Amino acid sequence: MGTSFGRGGATTFQQDLQNSDCIVIEGSNMAECHPVGFQWVMEAKARGATVIHVDPRYTRTSALADVHVPLRAGTDIAFLGGIINYVFEHEKYFREYLVSYTNATTIINDRYLDTEDLDGVFSGLDRENRTYDFHTWQYEGMEVQAASGQRDEQYQDRAGGGGTVRHAARGESHGSGGAAISGDPEHDPEMLHTRCVFQVVKRHFARYTPAVVEEICGVPQDLFLKVCEAVTSNSGRDRTTAFVYAVGWTQHTVGVQYIRTAAILQLLLGNIGRPGGGIMALRGHASIQGSTDIPTLFNLLPGYIPMPHAHEHESLDAFIEADAPDKGYWGNMRAYTVSLLKAWWGASATDENDFCFDYLPRLTGSHSTYETVLAQMDGSCKGYFIVGENPAVGSANARMQRLGMAKLDWLVVRDFSLIESATWWKDGPEIESGELRTEDIPTEVFFFPAAAHTEKNGSFTNTQRMLQWHFMAHEPEGAARSDLWFYYHLGRIIRQKLAGSADPMDRPVLDLTWDYPTEGSIEEPSAEAVLAEINGWDPEGRPLASYQQLKDDGSTSCGCWIYCGVYADGVNQAARRKPWHEQNWVANEWGWAWPANRRILYNRASADPDGKPWSERKALVWWDEEKAEWAGHDIADFSSTKPPGYRPPEGATAEDAISGTDPFVMQPDGKGWLFVPSGLTDGPLPTHYEPQDSPFRNPLYRQQRNPVRQVFKRKENRYHPDPESPGSDVFPYVVTTYRLTEHHTAGGMTRWLPYLSELQPEFFCEVSPELAAERGLEHMGWATVVTARNVIEARVMVTERMTPLTVQGRTVHQIGLPYHWGPNGYSTGDAANELVGLSLDPNVHIQEAKAFTADIRPGRRPRGPGRGALVEEYQRRAGIGEETGMAI
Amino acid sequence: MTLTELLRTAGGDPATNAGYRDHPPRMGFFTDTSVCIGCKACEVACKEWNHVPEDGLELTGMSYDNTQGLGADTWRHVAFIEQRKQLGSQEPGVFHDGRNGSTAGGSSQLRWLMASDVCKHCTEAACLDVCPTGSLFRTEFGTVVVQEDICNGCGYCIPACPYGVIDQRKGDGRAWKCTLCYDRLSVGMEPACAQACPTDSIQFGVLDELRQRAAARVGQLRDAGVADARLYGHDPDDGVGGDGAFFLLLDEPEVYGLPPDPVVTTRDLPAMWRHAAIAAASLAAGVAATFLGRRP
Repeated sequence: MGTSFGRGGATTFQQDLQNSDCIVIEGSNMAECHPVGFQWVMEAKARGATVIHVDPRYTRTSALADVHVPLRAGTDIAFLGGIINYVFEHEKYFREYLVSYTNATTIINDRYLDTEDLDGVFSGLDRENRTYDFHTWQYEGMEVQAASGQRDEQYQDRAGGGGTVRHAARGESHGSGGAAISGDPEHDPEMLHTRCVFQVVKRHFARYTPAVVEEICGVPQDLFLKVCEAVTSNSGRDRTTAFVYAVGWTQHTVGVQYIRTAAILQLLLGNIGRPGGGIMALRGHASIQGSTDIPTLFNLLPGYIPMPHAHEHESLDAFIEADAPDKGYWGNMRAYTVSLLKAWWGASATDENDFCFDYLPRLTGSHSTYETVLAQMDGSCKGYFIVGENPAVGSANARMQRLGMAKLDWLVVRDFSLIESATWWKDGPEIESGELRTEDIPTEVFFFPAAAHTEKNGSFTNTQRMLQWHFMAHEPEGAARSDLWFYYHLGRIIRQKLAGSADPMDRPVLDLTWDYPTEGSIEEPSAEAVLAEINGWDPEGRPLASYQQLKDDGSTSCGCWIYCGVYADGVNQAARRKPWHEQNWVANEWGWAWPANRRILYNRASADPDGKPWSERKALVWWDEEKAEWAGHDIADFSSTKPPGYRPPEGATAEDAISGTDPFVMQPDGKGWLFVPSGLTDGPLPTHYEPQDSPFRNPLYRQQRNPVRQVFKRKENRYHPDPESPGSDVFPYVVTTYRLTEHHTAGGMTRWLPYLSELQPEFFCEVSPELAAERGLEHMGWATVVTARNVIEARVMVTERMTPLTVQGRTVHQIGLPYHWGPNGYSTGDAANELVGLSLDPNVHIQEAKAFTADIRPGRRPRGPGRGALVEEYQRRAGIGEETGMAI
Repeated sequence: MTLTELLRTAGGDPATNAGYRDHPPRMGFFTDTSVCIGCKACEVACKEWNHVPEDGLELTGMSYDNTQGLGADTWRHVAFIEQRKQLGSQEPGVFHDGRNGSTAGGSSQLRWLMASDVCKHCTEAACLDVCPTGSLFRTEFGTVVVQEDICNGCGYCIPACPYGVIDQRKGDGRAWKCTLCYDRLSVGMEPACAQACPTDSIQFGVLDELRQRAAARVGQLRDAGVADARLYGHDPDDGVGGDGAFFLLLDEPEVYGLPPDPVVTTRDLPAMWRHAAIAAASLAAGVAATFLGRRP
């Protein structure tokens, strides 16, 4: 979403779904995974909205929807692309919105070649290195620089540096800010130029006809057209449609492009920035949004500032020069970066030493979680912290996760319970099978009990970018401590041990501002003091109110520029608890949301170019002529006093370069991007590719899969044969993994609790009666599920909620696997992630857990060495080797 | 005169009948199963608040229902019913042709009903009638509550319940069931299940208001083409004098495991005693006559 709109967060908030006329939930099982937020879908339904659920399975969400569309897992781009084609075919786009607010009119340079021209790949493909050179995707006559995404990659171009950084591409850095461009692009307001974005996108999707959708997705044409009609008839001046997605869209080798497809559709229909519209990204944990805002990701600094790469002699200015666009809010990147460095290194950060820019670690390539596991197996990663995660159950190819950990020198696990990631060395599946012996494992494992959220102060940043403070109700018992306590005291002790060191390597640690006050008998650091540091201070030490106050001269400090204002006036704004019925429905006084407490992003687009609401029914913010400012129900996501008639003067930079009619203020051109000239590693437009493991050929192109997906030639991570090649029938069924309401992710928080375990006590697989008959599976009997990676067993749930589909004239069955279980805890079972291979999206390095293939057979899996032997037998039968599935 | 006042003067209010003179209006639950998403938050919230013990890990295979029914250790129970029927104009998308193991049908009919069941807090509560210790009593809110410190575990109440709700706890012997969170009501809070319900499927409030709301909801659903929508337990003229916890169902009560026509099991007690008395009197008369007849 960052590349399309400028920020990577949900464009709306769950409460706003009540204003939708149509809600499409796809790639999400909202009723089960976000039941509390689902009340707003029910509210919309009660007001007459049409609710559509597109999902391989009929779930608790489908049960409450008006329409359920079962589709083959891994084919959503074809489905959404089909709707896009329908919109073009029937001229259902919102023309005024499109012309004014998107890059539909912009001309693309003549070197750009589409997948339609090159049989499934875009121009610029480097087959040797499996990467794209995106220079041919640029606007006509200008250079477009990704303001987020792979920005530092263009360092060579802009600053004349060196080094290969493309593999560390970072789609996440679109979290706040789009891509950069220099110069002014050419436009065709009539959108007739053959190379204008409108025409390029229209041609690109022209082949996604209802017949093609049926052939790829297995969705009958009449059902597909029903969705098209519902979506288009509920979009326009007076009506809005919202899309809701979760990891059902992200966990694919083309995950980012799934969301891009929805972004294109919503821009075409004029549904972004408007009440009841938008794209609601539902996050999988309580603070996943927070963990990218203040990142746990290797390639980001707080506030989506990219992590610098190891270019030689790169100075702060060169870093900014290479990374920051001239126009849009990223034009102030130096102020954000310098203020961050001041927050971290305080008085030590001076103009003379580049504000300690050299203290920042540097990237030498991709260090995503899966590559870290490979580095463990190869012996180059020696230590590992696991905090609030259970990779031995929750990560793809769980066996590889354990094999990696078995090569470490040390492992720290912090959790409530002795999760599988903490005990694999004594009772994991490889110990049972005899593959590993405890006495041979060198890893020293440290387990630290963790405090629950009720036992500490702090904030969650929820799925809609809103920070909500929680207060400690009870001090943690025994040795349990908060993560804040752990890291603060760990840092304190390390600094004590390094004190007096003259080694320059130790300066970044010793110079850190590490002076948080502690409270209570356990010396808990003050979470509010951390929040105040994140918010930042002005030169007089007063809390800042907004990121517009940040300076690039070192006079301000701010730990995360997008959170600036959360501690305005010295008040914890995240702790505000004024209910919506005591204010308006937007409820800006409940908690605090970034950016600047706005709840619907790009809401300038809820008004027409003149600043008047598109319709009274869909009014949100508007230009108040009398007061000469933006007014409305929400806080305007726009300079509050910039009139609609403002046009940037020649040579304007940063926000001054954004005109009064450009709602996408983080984008260098202020536009929503249908076509992304820069910022994505795998193409400027989404294209249907088959999943890594698929039983079907890609009927659109000779190109079967995403050519730049990340795949790994490892014996523990074999892929399945190409469809229609020898051995491909060994794994004939499509598998998708998911969650149930009753458990949470890898189960660390739920499988140990009796009240939740009794509600879903055992691992099971869901199959249709037809598949059960085909394979002799009995309801509540056992099934063994096999891939080239591993084999697991599950109880069988035969249900007519699972339906066979007809794809390319063949019947295909799908298997559903909830992924919560592992061998530890009160409720136990095999982990579905044992089956999943590492094949990753090249933008964000996420695993393809939502669509792969397997075989299923009745009965329990073998114990002991027989487990591995069965997998090997399957590999032999399918003729699998190191080249299988590796074709570009 | 409000409906409540009317009912009170008509003698239909259980708290009044129980001897409360100045009491709050009758409170209850309206469970609208048409908006239930089967999240089971009610089950968990109930157990958490009332310290109801876990009662076994069993994967039942009855759809997503691993709780099975109300009992001593389950005071809220969410039923899951997968049916080959259409729900109003819903398009479920699935296709089973009736061959290869699927049930007959041929079309895309499927619906998944979910419903949270609970003690009905009957107007005429047999459990309360038969309780010899006074452990079961009628509260000022018109609800029926067991007092755990008085219950002696005699178990009379268990066969008395026409819904099979109240139950003896194993290893404890006492009878347990939903209290409609009497402790929370007493301090102005709503019951834990209703507060936890994200979609307002469980609505707590003044019973008369709930009945009006429910009638409107049934009308709305029927207008929307859900012809099966009906209320259950709302009628003060039914066999238990109406339930304090009533439901909007989308199929026959039996589908949800509810009795179609519950009758307070103590209703016929007076008549039975009358018949028994007559029988006893007849017997006595016969015996007397026999002896009298012997007299010389």
